[in-house]
Amino acid sequence: MAEVLTPIAENLWTNEAEPALIGGRLPSGKIVFPYPSGDAAEGVEPYRLSRKGTLWSWTRQDFQPKEPYEGPEPFQPYLLGYVELPGEVIVETRIVDCVLEDLKLGMPMEFVVAPFDATRSTYAFRPEKA
Amino acid sequence: MEDVYIIGAGIHPFGRTDGRSGRDQGVFAVRQAMADAGIEWTDVGCAYGGSAAAGSADIMVNELGLTGLPFINVANGCATGGSALASARNAIAAGEFDIALAVGFDKHPRGAFNAKPREYGLPEWYGQTGMMLTTQFFALKIQRYMQLYGISRETLGRVAEKAFRNGVHADHAWRRSPVDLETILNSPMVNDPLTKYMFCAPAEGAVALILASGKKVRELGADAVKIASVAVRTRPPGSFEVFAPSVDIDNGGKPTVLASKAAFEQAGIGPEDISVAQLQDTESGAEIMHMAENGFCKDGDQEQWLREGRTEITGKLPVNTDGGCLACGEPIGASGLRQVYENTVQLRGRGGGRQVPGKPKAAYSHVYGAPGLSGVCILER
Repeated sequence: MAEVLTPIAENLWTNEAEPALIGGRLPSGKIVFPYPSGDAAEGVEPYRLSRKGTLWSWTRQDFQPKEPYEGPEPFQPYLLGYVELPGEVIVETRIVDCVLEDLKLGMPMEFVVAPFDATRSTYAFRPEKA
Repeated sequence: MEDVYIIGAGIHPFGRTDGRSGRDQGVFAVRQAMADAGIEWTDVGCAYGGSAAAGSADIMVNELGLTGLPFINVANGCATGGSALASARNAIAAGEFDIALAVGFDKHPRGAFNAKPREYGLPEWYGQTGMMLTTQFFALKIQRYMQLYGISRETLGRVAEKAFRNGVHADHAWRRSPVDLETILNSPMVNDPLTKYMFCAPAEGAVALILASGKKVRELGADAVKIASVAVRTRPPGSFEVFAPSVDIDNGGKPTVLASKAAFEQAGIGPEDISVAQLQDTESGAEIMHMAENGFCKDGDQEQWLREGRTEITGKLPVNTDGGCLACGEPIGASGLRQVYENTVQLRGRGGGRQVPGKPKAAYSHVYGAPGLSGVCILER
């Protein structure tokens, strides 16, 4: 069993058996992600986002980004995109457990906490298992 | 409001000029624009200008002359040039000055821009996990658009192929050799579906425009083009922009649509009246989407337009006649003014090998950038 990975940031997702991203609900009812910081957080309630959504767009990062990127060496291309959480918000996310060719507009996606490097985890979505 | 005209246009070649600062490239462009207009620095009543990464513009008075003129520094990201132009025009339209300068210049390090999350009010993890790259945004926007409206990868390639073909005839362009479609499509992938040849690169360069009142145009007997409208707009709610960890589910608003509508309304003409257009082409997909956002075609029509060559120099609506950002590179502070420079060249009939045939009467330019702003300028002959 691997060591437990540390989340890349605190309060990005919930600490529970089936974790979910933490967004915010504005006084207007609008849902945002991530939960705002500083004065922008005033009047914003933490909001547990849906673990399931649909693929809104995607791409693959094929070159190594400059800093502030902190991914593992040697660089491996990775997938990312936007997932629409119905009635809530469209979130930008890493995409894991699939290849570029698997991805289709509107396909069902599910939330997962994934390894980022040897010591840290980040959030991601993956195609929903049938 | 009084009509305002462009009477002089100058450009420092885009690309890489080692040993010459961005601001010195700006001074070069100002001198060329003044010579073109047939005026001296002492004739210039006021000046607006700036860069994103090459310092303040007002220090140019050291080289150009200490005439005491008001010189306003503009720092408005990708709309720096457009905002300088809008301000210079307003100064003349208000009747305060008869001659004004708008100048933009820049000099960026090689490679993709690397933004810092904090400067954009974003959390550190967003940059650390590799989701804060401008190239990704462009890929994500066109990927969705291609699925929704049936745009092919080949059409993306055709946009780049046209840019390099047009750049051959532009003295100021950086890339001046044609690249064939197959090479473009098979070049290394940057962010799927966009390959290396479909992206512009940060670069260097400068553009200066001399603006004048109608009275001054008559006095000088200048070869003038009229500024029919200038509009700069920031993003509406629900727009999809660069560096967005999330997007509103009620999305679809676009700063380009706002700027375009305002510019057409101000000019009192419509898209069908435009004879040549320079549209922001940070990458191939941007040009395709901006054709629709600016009202020139419906979403999805671009597939047919490109296949039929409608945006070629000899087509119904020539787009990016000097090769755009793809062939010229993108010095942020100068890029929007390069489009207006190119339209001035076209309306004056001085385009040489890239001249749009049939004496174009109305020319349209559109610049777009982070964090969601657009500038549109319409010129008339």
